[in-house]
Amino acid sequence: MSIFVDENTKVIVQGLTGGQGKFHGLRNRDYGTKIVGGVTPGKGGTDVEGIPVFNSVKEAVETTGATASFVVVPPKFASAAILEAAEGGITFIVCITEGIPAHDEAITYNRLVEDFPDVRLLGPNCPGIISPGKCNIGITSGDIALAGGPVGIVSRSGTLTYQALYELTQHGIGQTTCVGIGGDPVPGTNFIDCLAAFQADPETKAVMMIGEIGGSEEERAAEWIKHNMTKPVVSYVAGVTAPAGRKMGHAGAIISGSKGTAQAKMEALAAAGVHVCLNPTEAGQKMVEIVQAL
Amino acid sequence: MDLFEYQGKQYFSRFGIAVSPGDIADTVEEAVAVAERVGYPVVVKAQVKVGGRGKAGGVKLANDVDEVRLHAGNILGLDIKGHVVHRLWIERSSDIAKEYYASFTLDRPNKTHLGMLSAQGGVEIEVVAEENPGAIAFLSIDPVRGLDLETARRWVHEADLDEVAREQAAELLVKLYDCYTTGDCDLAEINPLILTPDGTVHALDAKVTLDENASFRHPEWEEYRATETEDPREKMAKERGLNYIGLDGTVGIIANGAGLAMSTLDVVNQVGGSAANFLDIGGGANADVMAAALEVINSDPKVTAIFVNIFGGITRVDEVAKGVLEALARVTINAPIVLRLDGTNAVEGRAILAPHLNDRLITEPTMLDAAHRVVSLANA
Repeated sequence: MSIFVDENTKVIVQGLTGGQGKFHGLRNRDYGTKIVGGVTPGKGGTDVEGIPVFNSVKEAVETTGATASFVVVPPKFASAAILEAAEGGITFIVCITEGIPAHDEAITYNRLVEDFPDVRLLGPNCPGIISPGKCNIGITSGDIALAGGPVGIVSRSGTLTYQALYELTQHGIGQTTCVGIGGDPVPGTNFIDCLAAFQADPETKAVMMIGEIGGSEEERAAEWIKHNMTKPVVSYVAGVTAPAGRKMGHAGAIISGSKGTAQAKMEALAAAGVHVCLNPTEAGQKMVEIVQAL
Repeated sequence: MDLFEYQGKQYFSRFGIAVSPGDIADTVEEAVAVAERVGYPVVVKAQVKVGGRGKAGGVKLANDVDEVRLHAGNILGLDIKGHVVHRLWIERSSDIAKEYYASFTLDRPNKTHLGMLSAQGGVEIEVVAEENPGAIAFLSIDPVRGLDLETARRWVHEADLDEVAREQAAELLVKLYDCYTTGDCDLAEINPLILTPDGTVHALDAKVTLDENASFRHPEWEEYRATETEDPREKMAKERGLNYIGLDGTVGIIANGAGLAMSTLDVVNQVGGSAANFLDIGGGANADVMAAALEVINSDPKVTAIFVNIFGGITRVDEVAKGVLEALARVTINAPIVLRLDGTNAVEGRAILAPHLNDRLITEPTMLDAAHRVVSLANA
């Protein structure tokens, strides 16, 4: 089984007529994802290589029955697009947009929690979600994923998500679902949401978790794992050599004072029984051992 | 982006937050002119983005023109923890009855805003939090609802600010919250927020960090950007839209995505090398960006080998390959380049580079192989 999406998930792309939206939307469709429509205000009635474009999410949902949306719009329009998706009846929103102001993210997140408690937002600033062979929403290259399980992946970093998939696929180990939660300060979906879903998914037998410096999400995840997770978890935390006080690209990736260091996160995870590895390759090899012993 | 104190105070002023009258000065003569204008006694304050200015001799009281000359002369050019003072802030000295602390920042675990208010200001808040956590009144603020004056009034009461200061402080906190949100700050901090003997409340210091993702709606930030960094390579990278942080090692690093860039630093370190920089070319980088990245790395004389680590997602590897060739055509790259290319359009990208590979332009199949190769080249 997969988490959050499956082979029947109907997806619309908000921003399908833009350069990135078209490239990745079509790529997702080629992968086999049920991309049933696009949304671009003012371009309703047209189509992108056979995918119908609608003026609003509401219209797209009413016509296609979509439940998921892939948001690929510039930062200044992203918050409005996410809220429009929720208002239009979408229940799973993937937003890959990088560079949304933190205050916009904070307002959007809390509006979703307060007004649309059943809606799940993945991202922003994330690579998306792929359930190999079933559904790919986002910018992950489908050919690096392998269907059939038994590993679930959750990652805070985009490119390291691909790296994690690649390490497993190279060893012939498949994935149930790979979720990139993104590295922004206010992610819609966090480690614990994904760990809980993987714990509940009977086909997922082990989980790979990729963290990075900044914040305390890894520590919170460690605490959750200690009390709730019975499946093995392998982890890698990026940024062991990162200097304090400098933002390492992601808005969230900064060591402030003694908080948010890779060391502290690795210690917390190890104390929760997680197999902590020093680089993605080592994490892949550790997972091979675990899967072979299943 | 961190602001200097003077920029933070100017930013506060935009939102109606009271600060001491003052101005900037880059020379002794300018310092004298400001002092004459605002009136003695004045405080001469070094403008550096590092704590501990007072202890380093970077903050002095001046009672007359001679003292302004003396202190301004001494402080300009002073090295404070590696930061050389090029600019002063001169402001009218304030009599202080009480020092408070106030700040707003994002509470990431709770995904709300966090206000911190204390009647014990003027010292590092981390110390107060450690030694006397009860002295800090925390306020969790729903970003959708914001902070109203009624809540601010209850908050100053809870923090036990002096009676005479409460109403002014509550009003100031609402303005500070407006500055924090409308002004797109990651952090807006006043330490100390002072009460003067004649009963007025104003900000004596300003610590502001701006969220650069919000730059598109703040054209006024342009002036802050001009003074943001003095590192010439960081400046050059910034101008080209690259995310670059200078470090001390010999392996130049270029990667797409912050996580992969950090991981590349880690792996280079693990196999016995040291990174000269962090450089994330970002998502969707094209040939131009890649060429610019190589040029920035090339301008660092410490670099003896370059590691280009790309895992294409939104970034297309064929574009990266074109950028590498473009950079090689445009400038002489001093150090050998080791590339690891995977992901979106990796096959096309490798094919573009294949005819050009030699002992100065090398590809390796995995991140770890590439790390070993680049470190052996760097240390050769």
